[in-house]
Amino acid sequence: MTATQKHSLADTATTAFCWSAAALTGVAVLAVMGFLIFRGAGTLGLELFFGQTPWWDALTGARPVFDGLWSALAGTLILVVLSCLMAVPVGIAGGVYLSVYASRRYQSMTGFAVDLMAGIPSIVMGLFGFSMIVVLRHALFPHAKTCLLLAAVCIALLILPYLVRTTQNALSGLPEHLRLLGPSLGFSTWQNTRHVLLPSAGRGILSGVILAMGRAAEDTAVILLTGVVAQAFLPRSLWDKFEALPFRIYYLAAEHRSVAELDQAFGAALVLLMLTGALFCLAFLIQRTMEHRWKK
Amino acid sequence: MFFEIWIRRLLCAAAMVSTAAALCILLVLITLVLPLFAHGGLATVLAWQWLPFNGKFGILPMVVGSLWLSLGALAAATPLAVGLACFVQVLAPGRVKSLCLALVHYMTSIPTVIYGFVSIFLLVPLMRQWFERGTGFSLLTAMLALTLLILPTIVLVFHATLREADRTARATCAALGFSKPSYIRHVLLPLSRRGLLAAVILGFGRAVGDTLISLMLAGNAPMVPGSPADAIRTLTAHIALVVATDSQSTFYHSVFASGLILFLIMALINLALRRLGRSFAP
Repeated sequence: MTATQKHSLADTATTAFCWSAAALTGVAVLAVMGFLIFRGAGTLGLELFFGQTPWWDALTGARPVFDGLWSALAGTLILVVLSCLMAVPVGIAGGVYLSVYASRRYQSMTGFAVDLMAGIPSIVMGLFGFSMIVVLRHALFPHAKTCLLLAAVCIALLILPYLVRTTQNALSGLPEHLRLLGPSLGFSTWQNTRHVLLPSAGRGILSGVILAMGRAAEDTAVILLTGVVAQAFLPRSLWDKFEALPFRIYYLAAEHRSVAELDQAFGAALVLLMLTGALFCLAFLIQRTMEHRWKK
Repeated sequence: MFFEIWIRRLLCAAAMVSTAAALCILLVLITLVLPLFAHGGLATVLAWQWLPFNGKFGILPMVVGSLWLSLGALAAATPLAVGLACFVQVLAPGRVKSLCLALVHYMTSIPTVIYGFVSIFLLVPLMRQWFERGTGFSLLTAMLALTLLILPTIVLVFHATLREADRTARATCAALGFSKPSYIRHVLLPLSRRGLLAAVILGFGRAVGDTLISLMLAGNAPMVPGSPADAIRTLTAHIALVVATDSQSTFYHSVFASGLILFLIMALINLALRRLGRSFAP
């Protein structure tokens, strides 16, 4: 075999390898989604969410839902809203500080902590919440137990680093002339941040927030240790146990006793996939319009 | 001016929350593991047998399980990611390129529990047939599902470096008459070695930290695997199983020790990434 032949053979192999890697990934993802849609699409409907309970009674909480996803879906939504209420203001403020105010040294030190937080496995975050309860029980409140509020705090800690990073990146991705605009007109640092930088980076930050919501909605390991249960109806207070969609999927996958329950599991999985998929698409679209704006 | 100072302080406090939380988690874990050192219980935790009702609380099989699973998934995901990233950056025609990138971005948003759930119905029966023994819940099953989970992390981080390298080298190499595949082999890959290393380290972190895949698919038997068909238990799954099922507080030390080990692994990973130069956070 001549050198040229060897060369073209290696070229063909490289091309084939790259194409098949892409094809394999595509096929795998399509298989996952296709299978879920194939098995789950038939179960979608009001009955999947509310079972035999009339939906207006379920929505108002007048009657509990025994055989539907409603309480799991509601639990997840409450969890997402609560954790975002805690994490979003802190995360955005932290990102603004790191990008606008902080010295390089401080940036690098805090950046390390943020990366570390982003890397902490969610089960360790859940374990942290659980340990808080153990400590509290020993020290102050013998009746402390895992609950909705605890889970929301832990999830807030889980998504906090993403919010800090996306805010920081959105701000530092702005063109230099925008950054200089305010000071050149006599704005103070905060006025410039508030009236020039934040509005310009708003879309980037918003898409980060939406992605963080998706993460909060999908996480299972944290809530596994901080108070999720299989059957709880709607939480009545922050100190109550709760249900959540990802946990329902996990639970039913292992413990389904009938075909109907299995169908419900497929329905739940499809609903969760659609929920996170919708959040992802929203964030993607917002991000794209932002990029278009600053490329011109 | 007064207002400015307070705003600044407030923002600074918000930025410190992450640092404080990370320290707090480390402190709590250390405090709860500390009794082990005092009572010489370290040897009982760092042992090879988990028979909690006989007083054996060893978590080393879980450490080995975690490592095998993560390294296996990494070994499968890395070549796939390299191929995919090179495909996206160099070989793919315009439309296919943006479609592939969108797909990889989308993969990051697919919930872990979905991968686990689908694998139970697609992958596990396949494995059961293939191995002709066991339940199909095995190291290999979890490894395959985990590959899909960590793939987008590796691809996205590696692709960012690849794009930079491509920007500097493409015109020169085109002028020199490189064919596209040999351009990938001889120029792009050597140029982006550091990026690949960072991507692999991040992927490893993602794999070690994942709970749901191993909990749902790996079989959870607390033993050192002898073959890919064996059931294993990872550190993360161990925490979930012990806390969620047994509530005897004598078991908890092993759980906190597992948590601390995971935390330290993540700290090491972040230090390694730092040494590689710049922030590679996804």
